[in-house]
Amino acid sequence: MAKLKSPSELETLRSSIIQKRDPNKPCITICNGTGCQSYGGKALTESFRNEIKKQNLESKVDIRVTGCHGFCERGPLVIIKPTEILYQRVRIKDVPEIVSETAVNNKVIERMLYTDKASNQKIASEKDVPFYKLQKRLIFGNNGLIDPTSIEDYLAVGGYTALTKAIKMTPENVIEEVKKSGLRGRGGAGFPTGSKWESTRNAEGDVKYVICNADEGDPGAFMDRSLAEGNPHSVLEGMVIGAYAIGSHEGFIYIRNEYPLAVRNMTTAIEQAEANGLLGDNILGSGFSFKIKIKRGGGAFVCGESTALMASLEGRVGEPRAKYIHTSEQGLWGKPSNLNNVETWANIPLIISKGADWYSQIGTTGSKGTKIFALTGNITNSGLVEVPMGIKLREIIFDIGGGIPKGRKFKAVQTGGPSGGMLPENMLDLSVDFDELTKAGSMMGSGGMIVMDEKTCMVDMARYYTTFLEGESCGKCVPCREGLRQMKYILDGITQGRGKEGDIELLEELCATLLDASLCQLGQSAPNPVLSSIKYFRDEYEAHIKEKKCPSGVCKIG
Amino acid sequence: MVNITINGRQIKTEEGKTLLDAARKNNIYIPTLCANEEVSPYGACRLCLVEIKTAKGRERLVTSCIYLVEEGLTVQTDTDRIKKIRKMLLELLLARCPDSEEIQKMAKEAGVEKTRFVEQEGNNKCILCANCSRTCEEVVGVAAISLAQRGVEREIVTPFNEDFADACIGCGSCAYSCPTGAITMTDVKGKRIIKWPHNTMDFKLKKCSVCGQYWAPEKQIKYIAKKSGTPLSDYDKCPDCRD
Repeated sequence: MAKLKSPSELETLRSSIIQKRDPNKPCITICNGTGCQSYGGKALTESFRNEIKKQNLESKVDIRVTGCHGFCERGPLVIIKPTEILYQRVRIKDVPEIVSETAVNNKVIERMLYTDKASNQKIASEKDVPFYKLQKRLIFGNNGLIDPTSIEDYLAVGGYTALTKAIKMTPENVIEEVKKSGLRGRGGAGFPTGSKWESTRNAEGDVKYVICNADEGDPGAFMDRSLAEGNPHSVLEGMVIGAYAIGSHEGFIYIRNEYPLAVRNMTTAIEQAEANGLLGDNILGSGFSFKIKIKRGGGAFVCGESTALMASLEGRVGEPRAKYIHTSEQGLWGKPSNLNNVETWANIPLIISKGADWYSQIGTTGSKGTKIFALTGNITNSGLVEVPMGIKLREIIFDIGGGIPKGRKFKAVQTGGPSGGMLPENMLDLSVDFDELTKAGSMMGSGGMIVMDEKTCMVDMARYYTTFLEGESCGKCVPCREGLRQMKYILDGITQGRGKEGDIELLEELCATLLDASLCQLGQSAPNPVLSSIKYFRDEYEAHIKEKKCPSGVCKIG
Repeated sequence: MVNITINGRQIKTEEGKTLLDAARKNNIYIPTLCANEEVSPYGACRLCLVEIKTAKGRERLVTSCIYLVEEGLTVQTDTDRIKKIRKMLLELLLARCPDSEEIQKMAKEAGVEKTRFVEQEGNNKCILCANCSRTCEEVVGVAAISLAQRGVEREIVTPFNEDFADACIGCGSCAYSCPTGAITMTDVKGKRIIKWPHNTMDFKLKKCSVCGQYWAPEKQIKYIAKKSGTPLSDYDKCPDCRD
């Protein structure tokens, strides 16, 4: 493919791609996100290919292998276009029938449809399934429409339109637009993205770096993975726009090695974008050049922390440093650098295409746009959900997530990953908003959302997360390393029936020290699970300590 | 020059200095364990935390060994909040290194008589401040020892945890820079023995051709000769016997 030399050449290419496609031609879309692949999605895809060949339908029926659609609970997922019929938990033995009946004759096969538990109705169309219907899939929606290894698919859904718009704007105007949108970093801290870009642009220096943090490490969280796997070009497009605005010519994607499919698809996307003149020298003839390299992380949770990530990128041990010197002034190799998370980058094309005014209408006063959450734990519909900021936790858990399975009662939800807080039932009407969640003793984090039912012991959960964080603490600073070690000892003691009077107070004292004295966010946020569980479930701690009883029957005491 | 206030005292200090430097220059005590003026600031022991208020009125806790002075800064080094943090940190360190006299002394000074936490076994005095490995890398330039593992598993070791490190010249800078006596160095019978928490190495010492005293490890002398481009024969005599 020849390099595109101008925005108009890109539009010509896009038109020719779209013209060649017949929107009415049946297309079997098969989810091959990591979740569906682990349900056998790969073999299922092969089976569809063979069946189409066998039935001589190669010219009549298309196949599209996509990234994650989010409804992981019901995988492997198959959607037939253009009718949008959704089949769930599809098996290889179902393949011939799907091809001959649904793809060719538009006939719905009842047994593979999703059954709505509330109404006991079978639902044929993907868009009518409550799990999808109540979401606002602005960032994640394209995952179901494109083959992540095909740049043509991305162009067909309007990909790189935002880039052409951005390079016609001044860098200052691009930054202004991002600032006006109100976008805040999706990695967890929620720092205003536009301001970060502006500081990096204004920092002194010719060499500036742009970094994408794809080192998602929260247990149970996989939003960044699914974006990187399922729509890598949207991340690249965001990064090119950011680099243009900041004045950077070199970028890095730091991605964990445990995400092989994401590494592969991202690598392919970079090669394709370079081959098409959308990345590399003289992008779309604009005179602006920007290159991206992939660096693979070695699996340390702390490397998701920005300064530890940069240390690791430089080839040093992944340890955080104090942030008194801003990354925007002295980041990677001491140069001004701008680091954003995968989901933040993927928001950029949308903001530039549709405008800050449109974008900032979504969400709350302080938190704009949508947020993708990984809904897991004791929940009927586990998977990825994208919701507008401001939505109530109750709506995510009960309306989209379908509530708690096995007829059990809800007990708590933890937002924000292992160092988030655990919120009880009376907090379910809390809005999903950076500031509201922090006020409640939890946090937005990168978007983990773990639901716990009545059979969960909150002390045991606090012990679990503290153990995780103790293992992932880099060990550099005293409060995080030694404090978490002692917190774990105390929690081990309480859950094993050795709890004693004063343990709760000692835990609180330790937590206060970690909050105040830790070097980085890992240590500063590590007390959240313990503090929130003490705050909202103190009676459970007391039952363990005083009565030597675990009210949920989880801990083996005595 | 920059004007700051520490504990109510107005101080004029050079730009680019850390708060800890400024305080020490003015005889204001801030406890530290990992601070070492020979190497770059690290910020690991957290004992030097102080409360600041910026000229704009923003209040926060900062690490004084890293935070640079700025015009109009108000600093408090010994508030109740700071004292409480230091006590807790020393209590945690006391649990980690119950046998370290230095930690016991500092804890006592801070008002901590004993720790409420589970004490670690194994007579380990190392607090992982990395003074040794940072000095070895930044001052000596050999990087013979390093931190390995992470979190509570972290330790200071020789490469591959063997009692042999090709790069080590036996200079003993690690022992000198260790604040807690976790690394020891003894010269006996023409040998220098350096003990790290998990490794022990010995080095042959060179005898002075005049007085017959052992005066430095042969490996160190070779390193210095090579670094300075001087012939090895220049080092036959100990510094005392040279002209």
